[in-house]
Amino acid sequence: MEPISLETIQQHIDSHLSNGIQISQDAFGVFNCELDIKHLYQFVHFLYKDEVLAINFLTDLCGVHYPDQKNKEIGVVYHLQSMKHQLRLRVKVFVSENKPEVPSLTGIYGSANWMERETYDFYGVQFLGHPNLKRILNMDEMLAFPMRKEFPLEDPNREDKIDYQFGR
Amino acid sequence: MSTVKIVEAPEGIGGQGFFATSLDSVVGLARKNSIWPLPFATSCCGIEFMSTMSSHYDLARFGSERLSFTPRQADLLMVMGTIAKKMGPVLRQVYEQMAEPKWVIAVGACASSGGIFDTYSVLQGIDRIIPVDVYVPGCPPRPEQIIEGVMRIQDLIGKESLRRRNSEDYKKLLEEYMVK
Amino acid sequence: MKTNLEFLAAIKSPDKPEIPYNTLNLGPTHPATHGIFQNVLTMDGERIVHGEQTVGYIHRAFEKIAERRPFYQITPLTDRLNYCSAPINNTGWFLTVEKLLGVQVPKRVDYMRVMVMELARIADHIICNSILGVDTGALTGFTYVYQWREFIYEIYEEICGARLTTNMGRIGGFERDFNAIVFEKTKKFLKEFPPVWREFENLLSRNRIFMDRTIDTGGLTMERALNYGFTGPNLRACGLDYDLRTAEPYCSYEDFKFEIPVGTTGDTYDRFVVRNEEIWQSLSLVEQAMNKIQALEAGVFHADCDKYYLPPKQEVYKNMEALIYHFKIIMGEIDAPVGEVYSAVEGANGELGFYLVSDGGRTPYRLHFRRPCFIYYQAFPEMVRGQLLSDAIVVMSSLNVIAGELDA
Repeated sequence: MEPISLETIQQHIDSHLSNGIQISQDAFGVFNCELDIKHLYQFVHFLYKDEVLAINFLTDLCGVHYPDQKNKEIGVVYHLQSMKHQLRLRVKVFVSENKPEVPSLTGIYGSANWMERETYDFYGVQFLGHPNLKRILNMDEMLAFPMRKEFPLEDPNREDKIDYQFGR
Repeated sequence: MSTVKIVEAPEGIGGQGFFATSLDSVVGLARKNSIWPLPFATSCCGIEFMSTMSSHYDLARFGSERLSFTPRQADLLMVMGTIAKKMGPVLRQVYEQMAEPKWVIAVGACASSGGIFDTYSVLQGIDRIIPVDVYVPGCPPRPEQIIEGVMRIQDLIGKESLRRRNSEDYKKLLEEYMVK
Repeated sequence: MKTNLEFLAAIKSPDKPEIPYNTLNLGPTHPATHGIFQNVLTMDGERIVHGEQTVGYIHRAFEKIAERRPFYQITPLTDRLNYCSAPINNTGWFLTVEKLLGVQVPKRVDYMRVMVMELARIADHIICNSILGVDTGALTGFTYVYQWREFIYEIYEEICGARLTTNMGRIGGFERDFNAIVFEKTKKFLKEFPPVWREFENLLSRNRIFMDRTIDTGGLTMERALNYGFTGPNLRACGLDYDLRTAEPYCSYEDFKFEIPVGTTGDTYDRFVVRNEEIWQSLSLVEQAMNKIQALEAGVFHADCDKYYLPPKQEVYKNMEALIYHFKIIMGEIDAPVGEVYSAVEGANGELGFYLVSDGGRTPYRLHFRRPCFIYYQAFPEMVRGQLLSDAIVVMSSLNVIAGELDA
């Protein structure tokens, strides 16, 4: 396990890809980059195949909702990891709420399957090319996407807990 | 010397070679000391139920030696853990599959009232879909509490009239819950 | 005897409609499974051709709740993720917040945390391995070793007062120092548990029936396991010595001496053996941690950060400043810095990660739990393909899938 510096990663990526992807490093040592949607699949695939960086493990995938960012309301955050160098890379893409379409990574990572379904379930992100994009945790009949900020936490249709014994 | 304790006989008139009492109390006595529980364990409380069943607390001392994992042969439905709305129909079906007479314990805050999960996906208490006899509070309740709940159920069973399950009141109760 | 692969080759292909497959619905409340998952299995006789899972039967919307709760009130939620080893989850959450706030905890707190986390790991592995015995038909082992989980509960009770959902600790440390009874009970546990566990191991690990049931069932190659996002004992059983405790040491794990057990084929038996060995390693870690704690000066059990750490209750009654901080922390009026943190701990069944986005408010803007169960349970159909139904149950229980964690 040998640590690797930001410059090395940036140089290595620049020498192989010409999309001008900028990597930064935050205070906690995690590498960050924000991508355009159209570069996502190519970038992740390059990292997966690349033997020098060996960023070939998808740790986590989740969505974030920023209702105030115009046309970039929904973010999808990927945490990639290289077990060889023990580095973590956080890749972010942003899409509009009206057309939340992101390429699916199921072709590269088997683990992306359910995580993408979960993100679809919570935020309504359409993962293009996903083999089985349907709700996973919530009921199939549900129409809304519950993790979006405008969705209430409590069930709006519930009668208030009638049982006075519970002190409500 | 044996340490096995035998339950006391119900009230009645006895003499040499005979004992007369009501059928209700005899059947109640038999039922309450041989409950077959169906553990419907979904989450944390299920682990506490495992503690209750295993050697340290040993629910078998109360006549519940045999866990019935099939609803068809169970007397007592023990709902332990959060019941999400997605799980609701499953729970109702399990309840419907049980043969009469049947009793229900809601173990833990989630099963009783939804607990800390006042959210869009969690059923706010199983009494929304099936009738419940005993609630056990706690998040999760200690095994002692679960045993206490079972003992309260035993009291209920022992005192229950044999005709209750055929009564109009009971039919009305099931209709209220739309249980088939 | 035919191997699994030969059976797989003999399975009729879907383009031969004259031989019908059976569909078997396993779950959500099947008597043989634990945890509520539905598996719709396509069967050829007793062999599984294909499986499809439905999960979410106890989805409780943790992440949505977390967006409405101040940091302290999220700790009880983490308890209920993997409820078999709650202290690991609690500590993972505190580490995340401490990382965001920039709180440095004293060494003694680190060692105290290591001690409770390793106890929790033992407790979790006891459940998983003894239940594996139950699923292969040996109930005795379960009732025997479960007693020792009760013993660990007693140690928890001395530390924090709760048994299962512990809510143990604070941001920056613990709510009180370990008392003498904790050490006494832990010593007793360390002395009396090993012979019991050795006996349990002897019961199963060279048992012909158990070996026949578990060897070569539910195997997965290391490449596939990595592709499916396996971590923890399940990945180590496939042969990769990846453990966050050594790869990315937190809580001063670098001060301890321990080994990472690995398997070779990643089958059910390997997972069982790896977990067994981890229990031995954890026992040694608990002992080391206890010696380290006792070697350091007593009375240090939290970091010096009065903005985030709840003041002691007697101070709150007497001291105005303490009362103000108590009020502010409880009401969640302390703003956290803006930032994004990913922090992970080695949970009992894999890498438990917390991705926390803070916008500077009193609650997290977004909190995502990386639940190991959720990620690796999707490999289940591939693991049981071509195998017997009864083996599928064993594979499921050896994966240590916890419904509460899976559905969050």
